[in-house]
Amino acid sequence: MTDTQSVPAAGATGAPAPAPAPRPAPAWRALLPTMTPWLATGLTLVLGICLFGLVGPLLVGDPDAIRDVGLQPPSGELWLGTTQTGQDVLAQLAHATRGSLQIGFLVGVLATVLSAFFGIYGAYVGGAADEAFSLLTNVFLVIPGLPLVIVISGFVPRESRGLWTIAVVLALTSWAASARVLRAQTLSVRNREYVAASKLAGERSWRVIVVEILPNLLPVLASQFVFAVIAAVLGEAGLSFLGLGASGSATLGTMLFYAQNGFALPLGAWWWFAPPGLLIALLGTGLSLVNFSIDEIVNPKLKNVRLHRRRTRTAARAARKEHR
Amino acid sequence: MNYLLRKLGFYAVAFWAALTLNFVIPRLLPGDPVDILLAKLSQRGAVVTPETRKAYATLLGGDTDASLPSQYVTYLANIFKGDLGTSISYFPAPVTEVIGASMPWTMALIGIATVIAALLGVLLGALVGWKPGTWLDSMVPATTLLAAVPYFWLSLVLVYVLSRVLNLFPAQGGYDVVLDPGWNTEFIGSALYYGFLPALTIVLASIGGWLLGMRNMMVSTLSEDYVLTARAKGLPARWVLRDYAARNAVLPSVAGFAISLAFVVSGSVVTEQVFSYPGIGSRLLAAVTNNDYALMQGVFLFITLAVLGANLVVDLLYGLIDPRTRAR
Repeated sequence: MTDTQSVPAAGATGAPAPAPAPRPAPAWRALLPTMTPWLATGLTLVLGICLFGLVGPLLVGDPDAIRDVGLQPPSGELWLGTTQTGQDVLAQLAHATRGSLQIGFLVGVLATVLSAFFGIYGAYVGGAADEAFSLLTNVFLVIPGLPLVIVISGFVPRESRGLWTIAVVLALTSWAASARVLRAQTLSVRNREYVAASKLAGERSWRVIVVEILPNLLPVLASQFVFAVIAAVLGEAGLSFLGLGASGSATLGTMLFYAQNGFALPLGAWWWFAPPGLLIALLGTGLSLVNFSIDEIVNPKLKNVRLHRRRTRTAARAARKEHR
Repeated sequence: MNYLLRKLGFYAVAFWAALTLNFVIPRLLPGDPVDILLAKLSQRGAVVTPETRKAYATLLGGDTDASLPSQYVTYLANIFKGDLGTSISYFPAPVTEVIGASMPWTMALIGIATVIAALLGVLLGALVGWKPGTWLDSMVPATTLLAAVPYFWLSLVLVYVLSRVLNLFPAQGGYDVVLDPGWNTEFIGSALYYGFLPALTIVLASIGGWLLGMRNMMVSTLSEDYVLTARAKGLPARWVLRDYAARNAVLPSVAGFAISLAFVVSGSVVTEQVFSYPGIGSRLLAAVTNNDYALMQGVFLFITLAVLGANLVVDLLYGLIDPRTRAR
């Protein structure tokens, strides 16, 4: 494990090159994560699944086409077998991945916008607004999200439960944790000199927020966005699995709903219920691994820890070699 | 004392917010819950009097006689009297009775599973963080995968492997149905046996978060000066790990308990559905499918109340273990 971690990273980290007088890295480089094996794994997973969701539906057949061969285990012809009514599981998986990514992205954007508003604006204005926003954030944080979503979906009649309804409900119940993180970050940026200078120069508050504060929060926003996407994909899957998702949508959660209600479990049709969940888990893992790298930008201490560890390991290995 | 009052005040506000949400949601959303509910009620053979109608209208909206503020006051008064209406899916049992029968199951399941997951996760996280860069670090991607697995899918897989293929545990229910519920060893043993798989699901799915959080805090605590001092003094590694590093690193995990618990509660609602566990999550879903709005609202209120209570207890404990919070 130690080797896989240090070897591929060495080339990409911008470690002092042997070339004479290396030019200092451009400033924007500090905003991009360092390529580590974890990041590479994460990006591969995320991009692979996105590609599958975008291109897959064009390559596979009709996901709803019914065959007379039901519950076929995976074979050369149908790679992931068929459902009870003979539908191609792989075709369903491709379409469902697209649906899940779509709602994940939508909710991610909505929740990030909400948390940015409540977190950044409240902390910037300060005073009573900050107190009120932060109380609201903390209240939403402790009220359990999924039960609330279930209650809301229960009251909305099935026919008016569209994609946007579900997306808005999921976003409304999941912005609070990010808002708290953003608030803490904004509080520390707000009191810096250049922000004060900009205020003294008479800039309007939206300009101070967008031009002076927001660029400093970009890595945090990015990491909160990634978290929001994971939470949204998981939340939507849970909701759809219970049959409370957007009507007429095809996501990984609805696939699991049909698998459960088609008795995939008692019939032993693992190829029907295993792939959708595994895909969700892999997407979540990929996004979390990407997030670890973003965290290193937010908190450079973490990066130093990693570099320090690598130096210690290299030194230890060199010492061992000499010893022999 | 000030800390205690502030915390109590916050949770009172949070509970009031939940009550208000409960009041507002059915009134804001489309649909006519009172009519659906009364239609179902009369199907079950109940006599629908104007009083019944009025009682449900206070709970769910649609009352045209009273103004909104006065509806709100009546609603709050009814809640504090403990009157949450009659359940239609368990007619004629009142909502509070249905909740009272299912709440202990969920509280025991989530309580035991969360305590096990938190203790194990923090312990393992401390060990993994203590020796960064060793083989133990390979647990990080593995736990990341575990943390991203949907609860209900994990329970499907566990049922498939442990119950269907290996036939070790029952796949459904909370206890052996031939037994009568009661406080005897036979029944408790059966409940533990049936509860093992749901609990295992929750532990496996939630341990990753604890482990990762603890590990990351451990890694940054190890670079603190006081850890270096402790090592320089020549203290045994075990003491440094336990009394210097882990003790300080665990604080954010405890402080973040609210977020973790919210995740666990959300996950276990769906998990209960997979196992047909007789807990409150299954009741909530049954209520949703049967349009049993009164039960739905009651369950939501009780879940919120339980979560708020657990968070309050942890917050008070946190005040004890971290003196800085009290000093502020």
